[in-house]
Amino acid sequence: MTYAVNIALLLLLVLTAASATFLVRELMSSVFILGSYSFFLALVWAWLGAVDVAFVEAVIGAGLATVLFLITLFDTAPKDSRLRRPPPPLAGVVGLPLLGILLLFAANDLSPFGDPTSPANVHISPVYLQQSYADTLTPNVVTSVLMDYRGFDTLIETVVIFTAGIACALLLKEPGS
Amino acid sequence: MKQMHDSLIVQTMSRLLIPLAQLFSLYVLFFGQYGPGGGFVAGVIWTTSMILTFLVYGLKSPQGRLVELVLHGDGVGLIIFVGVGGLCLIGGGEFLNYANLEILGMDAPSRRYVGILLTQIGVAVDVAVTGISIVLSLAYHDTEQEYDV
Repeated sequence: MTYAVNIALLLLLVLTAASATFLVRELMSSVFILGSYSFFLALVWAWLGAVDVAFVEAVIGAGLATVLFLITLFDTAPKDSRLRRPPPPLAGVVGLPLLGILLLFAANDLSPFGDPTSPANVHISPVYLQQSYADTLTPNVVTSVLMDYRGFDTLIETVVIFTAGIACALLLKEPGS
Repeated sequence: MKQMHDSLIVQTMSRLLIPLAQLFSLYVLFFGQYGPGGGFVAGVIWTTSMILTFLVYGLKSPQGRLVELVLHGDGVGLIIFVGVGGLCLIGGGEFLNYANLEILGMDAPSRRYVGILLTQIGVAVDVAVTGISIVLSLAYHDTEQEYDV
């Protein structure tokens, strides 16, 4: 009983933070509410058992993204007097919840959470889970999938991050500084 | 951002929090093979500690200079990652097949442990340098200069 109440409370917090991010007038408050939204979402990931994803969501969503937004706001604030943004358009306020309801309706067709016979759980996951230790001699299956079975994948992801950093420095840094 | 933050509370708390975040980042990096975590998260936590450093102490302070120095490591993480793959090739196996890392006096599990650890360090260095580079390039231009235009 308390478990269900906790989950309902958590989802309510996520929904409240998400809608408040869009509805609040001041951009500074919006940034902080977005950070708290990421933190609640991290709790949801942890509840689903995806601790790695929860880690990343908490650090990047609540930490790094907030800092990036804040630095951008600090930089643009003296030049832009319109720190208060206009109210959201009616089409967004009405249309986005309708889209959400449509998505929830479509989510009925997904297989239930943790279903062992769902397509995602019968394709190749059992092979990884059963043969991971014999193949890679690494106790953590997540690590062996990430760094060993799909090492190329991780390598290319690292290249993508490297490229993103170079591109940001090229675009944002002023010449001569 | 340019000078040291003038609040004593912020200075004292960050002096406590920055080493703690860096210690936790190292823990996540080295423990990632057995539990949740890994190179990516470790790199990002290290980035946040570095950002806190230059937000509180300013870029002109010795600590801020250290943060700027980190930017010279752009690409080092990628070289570590690809280098481990190349060492596996030299050892006579496939690219990134850690069992072929030629290290004397090591059995297969230790080789795989060292290989995965080194690649995780590569990912962590790459992510950390990239994050600091993005934040610095956002924060680090002369605002006074732009007012004249």
